Amino acid sequence: MNQPSQHPHSVVQEFHPRAREALANPQIRANFRKAMDGLMTKRQTAFEGWELEALRDLGANIRQRALSKLPDLLEQLEANLTANGVQVHWANDGDEACQIIRDICVAREAKKVIKGKSMVSEEMELNHYLEAQGIEALESDLGEYIVQLAEETPSHIIMPAIHKNTTEISDLLHDKTGTERSHDVNYLTASARQQLREKFMQADVGVSGVNFAVAETGTLCLVENEGNGRMTTTAPACHIAVTGIEKVLEKLDDVPPLLALLTRSATGQHITTYFNMISRPRQPGEQDGPEAVHLVLVDNGRSSIYQDNELLETLRCIRCGACMNHCPVYTRVGGHTYGTTYPGPIGSILMPHLLGLDETQHMPTASSLCGACGEVCPVKIPIPDLLVRLRRESVDGDKLRVSEVRGHGVKRRRVESLAWLGWQWMHSRPQLYRLGTAVSARLRALVPQKLGAWTRYRSAPRLAPQTLHQMMQKRTPTAANTSQQPHREATR
Amino acid sequence: MSAREQILQRLRERRDGPVPEVPASLTTSMVRDWSAAEKLDRFQQLMESVHGEVHRTSATDWIDTLADVLEKRGARNLLIPRLHDIGAQILASDHPGLPELLHYDAPIEDWRPTLFNDVDAAVTSTRGAIAETGTLIVWPTADEPRLMSLVPPVHIAILEADQIFSTFQEAIALQNWASRMPTNALLVSGPSKTADIEQTLAYGVHGPKELIVIVVGAD
Repeated sequence: MNQPSQHPHSVVQEFHPRAREALANPQIRANFRKAMDGLMTKRQTAFEGWELEALRDLGANIRQRALSKLPDLLEQLEANLTANGVQVHWANDGDEACQIIRDICVAREAKKVIKGKSMVSEEMELNHYLEAQGIEALESDLGEYIVQLAEETPSHIIMPAIHKNTTEISDLLHDKTGTERSHDVNYLTASARQQLREKFMQADVGVSGVNFAVAETGTLCLVENEGNGRMTTTAPACHIAVTGIEKVLEKLDDVPPLLALLTRSATGQHITTYFNMISRPRQPGEQDGPEAVHLVLVDNGRSSIYQDNELLETLRCIRCGACMNHCPVYTRVGGHTYGTTYPGPIGSILMPHLLGLDETQHMPTASSLCGACGEVCPVKIPIPDLLVRLRRESVDGDKLRVSEVRGHGVKRRRVESLAWLGWQWMHSRPQLYRLGTAVSARLRALVPQKLGAWTRYRSAPRLAPQTLHQMMQKRTPTAANTSQQPHREATR
Repeated sequence: MSAREQILQRLRERRDGPVPEVPASLTTSMVRDWSAAEKLDRFQQLMESVHGEVHRTSATDWIDTLADVLEKRGARNLLIPRLHDIGAQILASDHPGLPELLHYDAPIEDWRPTLFNDVDAAVTSTRGAIAETGTLIVWPTADEPRLMSLVPPVHIAILEADQIFSTFQEAIALQNWASRMPTNALLVSGPSKTADIEQTLAYGVHGPKELIVIVVGAD
């Protein structure tokens, strides 16, 4: 089930075989089911006593307001961080961002990088990049550490190792680090603490993500429970924070409502153990903290999402993972099936922009459009609408129409579009339509019993023996024009 | 053109024109109206629910509680601030129950292995607490550096009972954070924890295994 993480991009199109494999794996099914059920209940409990709709409106408002001023806020953030002594870098894509981080490491002669959790760094494939340059990059979040030891990728954006149970993790730690096999989670955690404390002491550079970047004050905010984020941003002599350009907030006052939404939506916690707000490097007289702090602002497709008023709403995301936890598809197939950095509903509306619809054509259709994701989203991203929009983009054939979505029209098939063109032609000509339906009704016995994917789990549809028009004609005039709806009839 | 200019240009020259303006709307859903006693109760209840320990003490007996807490854990030493009033009070008390007292008065580079391996506990001040979430507000300083509340296995935080705010929003506003953020500001809600192994909670994964809050002036 767990495909190697080296080249996730090359495996993104094998969604269906991977889904079948995952569905047939009782262990994966059980691990995800158990975790997602727990998370849904915890979220619900955490919002008890809150005016949740008002809070979600506020969250959406704050994020949309920040996006409406995005270029100005990014410049303000840069100016304030620079004044605080933090160096700000900009990267068009993941490769540029990796190079910036590599250059900082090389300039410092850094060989050992310790990492806090960062989905953007997963997106950039930073670990592989640095290792290819001879720089060790070690994940310190326990879940990420487990996933890295297993040479996998995270299967959930908040709980990276959610696909593994205790036995699997115990075996992995035993094989890779020599820890005794045990089902005692406290023991397994304590042994990871020992191993990683050594690494924190030795690390030259700490790389972390960012949950919110506050333009008003030039402050980087990190949300975490373990303390590895604080270690990563405090113990090494240099801290490099990496984030997508959309993570900026206008004011410090915008932080508390989003923090309240984020932790409750993600794990059902009132708040995480640590909320870490970093505004400058070590100041004269201070005894610890990094002497150099860098922020790398990564675009990687975000500015193209930004071009379109509807798609823009994707960028409100605060990466809580609630849409995954509530998704009936994600819960059954698991995160690895998607083959992308961000799985689940948010992944399905984000990854097509990052990789192109040609690479991710399975994603917008990996949904039953049940709407749960949109209902739980703390910033009210209309995920189902955006899924439909991307489905439309993927069969869109108008070469002249401007689309910011790379690979749009990839699923367009000549036969299918011709069929629909014929359908359109016939349906706009009443005589032809009547003739067509009457003939079809006569020939209904000829409809094949096997209709490809449709009849794999369903019976084939059968045409009615009579068309609607024929049935209507048979009704008596009095029955058809009863006094129930005379006005409607009259206004036609 | 630099990446910076390219990104900003793409954001400014939007295909759909400027993003429609969004007025700020601060709803009342974040406002709480609790008495001082309710705030302390709620703080304690939530702090305990995440494995934190809360002791209510008077302005005079809090050092007894501190000594007691350390003795129960067999702490060999205690890292204390040098300049902050709580450090001065601890030194002045000359309490017989306290272990060896240490100061974080050298750069981390000079004593990293000692801090990581040999310090059993640290006591720091706080800038208050948040009742709504059971959270301590900790602003590390030159006197109480950032790793002091993170590396030792036991973190003891001293909280003035009259410094408990209802919400994070209220603390930011009343303490006027936006005017000057410190190098590092922290909200701390319990000891370090993880649920990354099959959603089972385990404490002390990277930071302190225990967080003990001594509330002063709660008598």
